[in-house]
Amino acid sequence: MANSKAKLITLEEGGFALFLVLLAFACLIVAGKTYDQVMAFHTSFGALCAAAGAFVIFKNYFADGGEPIPQEIDGKPNYNMGPVKFGSVAAMFWGIAGFTVGLIIALQLAWPALNFDLPWTNFGRLRPLHTSAVIFAFGGNVLLATSMYVVQRTSRARMPGQILPWFVILGYNAFIVIAGTGYLLGATQGKEYAEPEWYADLWLTIVWVAYLMLFLGTLWKRKEPHIYVANWFYLAFIVTIAMLHLVNNATIPVSVFGTKSYIAWAGVQDAMVQWWYGHNAVGFFLTAGFLAIMYYFVPKRAERPVYSYRLSIVHFWALIFIYIWAGPHHLHYTALPQWASTLGATFSIILWMPSWGGMINGLMTLSGAWDKLRTDPVLRMMVVSVAFYGMSTFEGPLMSLRSVNSLSHYTDWTIGHVHSGALGWVGYISFGALYCLIPWLWNKKSLYSLKLVNWHFWLSTMGIVLYICAMWVSGIMQGLMWRAYDKMGFLEYSFIETVDAMFPFYVIRALGGALFVLGALIMAYNLWMTVRHGEAEVAERQSGGALAPAE
Amino acid sequence: MNETYTSLAAFAQTWGLLYFVLMFALVVAYVAWPNNRKQFEDAAQIPFRED
Repeated sequence: MANSKAKLITLEEGGFALFLVLLAFACLIVAGKTYDQVMAFHTSFGALCAAAGAFVIFKNYFADGGEPIPQEIDGKPNYNMGPVKFGSVAAMFWGIAGFTVGLIIALQLAWPALNFDLPWTNFGRLRPLHTSAVIFAFGGNVLLATSMYVVQRTSRARMPGQILPWFVILGYNAFIVIAGTGYLLGATQGKEYAEPEWYADLWLTIVWVAYLMLFLGTLWKRKEPHIYVANWFYLAFIVTIAMLHLVNNATIPVSVFGTKSYIAWAGVQDAMVQWWYGHNAVGFFLTAGFLAIMYYFVPKRAERPVYSYRLSIVHFWALIFIYIWAGPHHLHYTALPQWASTLGATFSIILWMPSWGGMINGLMTLSGAWDKLRTDPVLRMMVVSVAFYGMSTFEGPLMSLRSVNSLSHYTDWTIGHVHSGALGWVGYISFGALYCLIPWLWNKKSLYSLKLVNWHFWLSTMGIVLYICAMWVSGIMQGLMWRAYDKMGFLEYSFIETVDAMFPFYVIRALGGALFVLGALIMAYNLWMTVRHGEAEVAERQSGGALAPAE
Repeated sequence: MNETYTSLAAFAQTWGLLYFVLMFALVVAYVAWPNNRKQFEDAAQIPFRED
């Protein structure tokens, strides 16, 4: 056993190593021949990452002595939690980065001088950096980490592969770096939430297919006959995002050596595809994925099973059948035929039912345990998150109606709506999940300080309320000013007058954002202290089998 | 063009509607089926197993 160096390289190791080496060379060639500096930077970064990946694969091959990793230890599944830990830490890091950039651009809107007159820091480049950082970097890492955790625990099986899980989580974060730096340097497709250029999209496709394989592979190995409902939501999220990503990024690059590409769809078709993508990114990334988190972490934290498992099934199928049609409501009063935008609005209204089905299921899981809200700020955070989910899924269909949309569209009302969903629902359910997950992963009894969670909760709740109220007022005011006519039939206000009127609300919004960032910093400190100084959970896992002979 | 729209709309308003209602009815029947009750109650406990 000591000198089992003769171990054959596994197909997985060999395959990934070969792929990464080829990728590194391809990147090097492009980096050498390109005329585009952004491309040169990204391919150099890609070559470095791919080479490092191949190096680590070979290093581990020589270091691990040929012992395969056991699937079970003492009859218990030997879960693979390394990538989950990485994903949770990355989520916290990207979260703070994304919230901070959001705060900066909020301040820029109030005081434009904060653009600093530099191309890299102007609003147009920082805004997609903010949206992608919070949605894809923060939210994406939360989803990756929690899905890997939940699918393993509820299947009672270890994720397949040794390299595959690391490839997924590291590859995804490499995509984040390429996308984010691309925006700052000016490489963008100009499609909202789909800004990364063609090469980043290709890379994400590879990573995403690997992610799907990893998820399905874990389900395939499951010991639990039934697939728990959270996994259904995760699977819907993974599959649908793959489909949306492929269709909305069907681009043809001008040259392999440049960043610029053109989309295959033309004109209004492109707009329709974009908002079919855009709305379902909300529906399947920010809703289905985070509902999966709700269906695992709320019952776990409340220590009660989900209120109605049957409702969860009905609401799952209703949600995924209906959400996919709602996109055209983003294109009222455009070149899109009216029947198409009516269709989108109709399906948005129908969505009230499955959305509220989810909300009721999440909230009612606490029935009989409401007292826990008083003592457990983590659970309170998750419950408030579900309440925000209910609120923003009520507001959304309302805004999708043509008459309401004619007032709300292109105004700050939309921004307020998005943030009640993003900060309230997605943010809080993620914070709740991370507050649960970190002590579990590092084997700690509890969080370092529940008092700090309380501070986080109240600070950021105040922040959200300031944010969305300011945006409601400013948005409705803006909409009303745009449509105001004097008695001669002329527009009453010039555009700049509306901008001027919004100034105080922009300041309030930035204040709300600052409170939210402050809360997240407190959270990061709390989690850091939990990992470093938290009291260890009584050792039941490490001690070898002698504990429970009865099993 | 208009004819395409009319025929597609007619299709959606009849068969599309039927399809959606049928799928929904199937899901509701599946979850409400008395024999499945135990299976769902059991599934709701999955997160608490093995702790």
